[in-house]
Amino acid sequence: MTAVEDPTSAVDLPPAKEVGQARRRKEDARLITGKTTWTDNMVLPGMLHLAVLRSPVAHGRITHLDVSAAKERPNVVAVYTGRDLAEEQGSLPCAWPVTPDMVNPGHPSIAVEQINHVGEAVAIVVARSRTAAADALEAIDVDYEPLPVVLDMEQAVQEGSPLVHDSTTSNTSYHFVFDAGEAGTGGDTEQAFADAEVTVSRRFVQQRLIPAFMEPRSVVVQPSGDSYTMWSATQIPHILRVMAAMVTGIPEHKLRVIAPDVGGGFGGKLQVNPEEILCLLIARRLGKPVKWTETRGESLMTAHHGRDQVQFIDVAADRDGTVRGLRVRLLADMGAYLRLITPGVPALGAFMFPGIYKFPAYRFECDGVFTNKVPTDAYRGAGRPEATFAIERIMDELAVELDMDPLELRRKNWINTEEFPFTTVAGLEYDSGDYHQATEQALELLGYDELRAEQKRRRDSNDPVQLGIGFSTFTEMCGLAPSRVLGSLAFGAGGWEQASIRMLPTGKVEVVTGSTPHGQGHETAWSQIVADELGVPFEDVEVLHGDTAISSRGLDTYGSRSLVVGGTAVVKAAEKVVEKARVIAAHLLEANADDLEFTGGKFTVRGTPGAGVGIQEVALAIFAAHDYPEGVEPTIDAEATFDPENFSFPHGTHICAMEIDTETGFAKIRKYACVDDVGTIVNPLIVEGQVHGGLAQGIAQAMYEEAIYDAEGNLTTGSFVDYLVPAASDLPHFDTGNTVHVATSNPLGAKGVGEAGCIASTPAVVNAALDAVRHLGVTDIRMPLTPERVWRAIHAGGDGGDRAAQGSNAYGGARTTESGIQEAAQ
Amino acid sequence: MTQINVRVDGASYTDDVEPRTLLVHYLREQLGKVGTVVGCDTSNCGACTVHLDGQAVKSCTVFAVQADGCQVTTIEGVATGEGESATLHPVQRAFHEMHGLQCGFCTPGMIMASIDLLKENPDPSDEEVREGIEGNLCRCTGYQNIVRAVRQAAAEMSGKAADDPQAEPAAVDTAAADHVAAQA
Ligand code: FES
Ligand code: FES
Repeated sequence: MTAVEDPTSAVDLPPAKEVGQARRRKEDARLITGKTTWTDNMVLPGMLHLAVLRSPVAHGRITHLDVSAAKERPNVVAVYTGRDLAEEQGSLPCAWPVTPDMVNPGHPSIAVEQINHVGEAVAIVVARSRTAAADALEAIDVDYEPLPVVLDMEQAVQEGSPLVHDSTTSNTSYHFVFDAGEAGTGGDTEQAFADAEVTVSRRFVQQRLIPAFMEPRSVVVQPSGDSYTMWSATQIPHILRVMAAMVTGIPEHKLRVIAPDVGGGFGGKLQVNPEEILCLLIARRLGKPVKWTETRGESLMTAHHGRDQVQFIDVAADRDGTVRGLRVRLLADMGAYLRLITPGVPALGAFMFPGIYKFPAYRFECDGVFTNKVPTDAYRGAGRPEATFAIERIMDELAVELDMDPLELRRKNWINTEEFPFTTVAGLEYDSGDYHQATEQALELLGYDELRAEQKRRRDSNDPVQLGIGFSTFTEMCGLAPSRVLGSLAFGAGGWEQASIRMLPTGKVEVVTGSTPHGQGHETAWSQIVADELGVPFEDVEVLHGDTAISSRGLDTYGSRSLVVGGTAVVKAAEKVVEKARVIAAHLLEANADDLEFTGGKFTVRGTPGAGVGIQEVALAIFAAHDYPEGVEPTIDAEATFDPENFSFPHGTHICAMEIDTETGFAKIRKYACVDDVGTIVNPLIVEGQVHGGLAQGIAQAMYEEAIYDAEGNLTTGSFVDYLVPAASDLPHFDTGNTVHVATSNPLGAKGVGEAGCIASTPAVVNAALDAVRHLGVTDIRMPLTPERVWRAIHAGGDGGDRAAQGSNAYGGARTTESGIQEAAQ
Repeated sequence: MTQINVRVDGASYTDDVEPRTLLVHYLREQLGKVGTVVGCDTSNCGACTVHLDGQAVKSCTVFAVQADGCQVTTIEGVATGEGESATLHPVQRAFHEMHGLQCGFCTPGMIMASIDLLKENPDPSDEEVREGIEGNLCRCTGYQNIVRAVRQAAAEMSGKAADDPQAEPAAVDTAAADHVAAQA
């Protein structure tokens, strides 16, 4: 972080710094009293409601569609089919063509002829009330001619597999390769494996997950003349505006997008949704305001999913544990279409598989595969949890192979603190950190020695409840992103962020940010930053966001970028305000600007005690503008756009202690401790909250959640009855801590914290489970660690056989196998 | 249409409702009480929790006609007084103090469920809080600060300071505080 100047004058001590304080959040006042502005709260005069008829088949052609009876239903205003909108709907955008020859078949917002996943929109009823619209859906008559359903990636990429899209020649959308040897960032991977003393290969499955933000998506569009205002429960009002303008042809300056209070996103609202486009098209047709709010069932079924990879990973090492090479091949399920950054998610992970270890050679290959499922896209971590899982799991497997302590193996290979900045085999320059220190602290938080002793006791006494301890020593790339790097990866936008600061006549401050919060507490954290930079009271700062008419430039909130990039833009804007105010203050004080010092919100003349003017007074003086220097504009407002030069690399050590009841297969986290290094901490309360929430989601992947499709392509986890978002009683207490090594890529020194807990925790939990039961012959357990899977693994050995490893997963669900305990045990 | 008389947050309403109208939709769409929200369609999430004659209910599981003659309290009615000078309920205050919310979508339901829990059990343990609010889902917080908030409110409501270290504000029970202090 920026160096604190020495407080030279004893009389004018600067106020205590705001950055670092556990300020209670400004946002809370409205949220705890129900005075909220969720999109679904919005009511406009004459507003009409949309209900969407969704396909019950996963793959098929619409052979008959008759909406005439629905049009006759009471209070129905209009009914639209794909044919009605085909000419104007365009294709939903995909902003990340990861390879030049990536196949993108296009993504209609509403199906015209062909259906490619269950839940795809087929017709839309517009009615005077929500219930009238929903009621009329049942009067729509539709027939489908079924096509063969493609669900399993490993089958989908085989020669002769049925195709999801007729227009393509295979179900592979792209083949993305990163080879460190070719890139000049590492040695020859094949040679490293050929020369290796030890190699370990595994196939891991990253099951499909659902972001499951608590606020269902909702869109309201109000036409006014040739202009449109859209309110949407989105993370990305700025990106949505550009994209919606390009898709619909509505000129960008005629479209305003507002993200009011937004109830969580986790990447799930980083999207240009079909329904957002459909609401615009229909509002344009009818000239009336329209609203669409999804049910939870629609949300789980049609909002994009996350993860869903089959990972083949090989590691090469010397007998003493020194790693020599890493090879990764992924199958990444795109689902039926490419949405905003669908293909980019695994590509983003490509650079993180080497983790914190000094691999001399690395090769990564990924196939993006089409299936008849809802598209995947960003979900908390987006590519990096998948990478972290694979590397942290295989490090444990290598430790087993070498009969080494898993922590010892990690220590032997990780980057030492004096080696930073460190350029990895994937070509990334890690900024700072101390993996050793974080690990030591986490061990202490956990009470490691005691738990290891207990583990031994339970093992020796053959206790039915076995204990295991699992590690994850992770890093992630955050602060998305340097625009030039994004350009080199063919991403369709930059990674900068914008902020402006308006100094009001009464000395109050408005901060306009291009970041778009939906639970992260920007209003509070940005106020803390500005209070320090300008020396004004925390309470005097108001943060404005989420409305393209107020904050005209921005790239929104995802990828742990808000503080790192958006917060830095705020710092830069504040620095400009101070510089502009300095000129005015010098004029008012009849001093030379170079002789002014600025501390605690006040300009003083060096060597002239007593003479001074506050920045808030300067704001009033320049508002009146009666007396200011020639050749200077009469304002001290300023804006700044910050484009980072590098990513930031938070890291940490997460340790899970897990109890497994070997008789029932029930897994229970006994203790969870983690120490994260997220650089400078602006608000420890918010940082801890982000870690907690991330842990809950990462643990949920390990233990509870999976989006499951049946053999016909129906989502069988389409409600909160079946999709197990954990409740308070399903989660343990978390013992969290921090070390602080500042990021070097931004003046705040912040590294980003939004995704850390989610990325780090999943492998720690699975490694803990395996550590508890490996001595019983278990080699792997598929996520989530349901009691059935755990029990089968314990009783059959290995990974528990097909029923445990594949029986109910996103691909295997379509492939019922007969092999149960007996076969697997052979 | 059926006519109902309900008192909601201290005001009386007489309205015609369809027999199938859920209480939550009546509150939101007919009364404009949009502080109470809908998070699911299977009565799993608890976002819609209100008090019906003093008992916490998921208002998506109750028909509006069933509330005829009843008192309903929503999140908008738990503070005393109006506007900026209103005094927050101790549970509301504790959620703010302990950072028991992030996006805040689950919060109205969480607060209403927690108030009800504390009525049943004025001094719950961590475990009892976790079990007591298991009908309410939160996707943001990981629940730990919600548990702290409820225990803090319990302490405040029973007139004693929280004695459990777990119930301290988040900032002081982690290594973060030290490091932050060292940074400044
Ligand atoms: S909306 Fe009532 S429980 Fe989810
Ligand atoms: S605070 Fe976002 S769901 Fe609970």
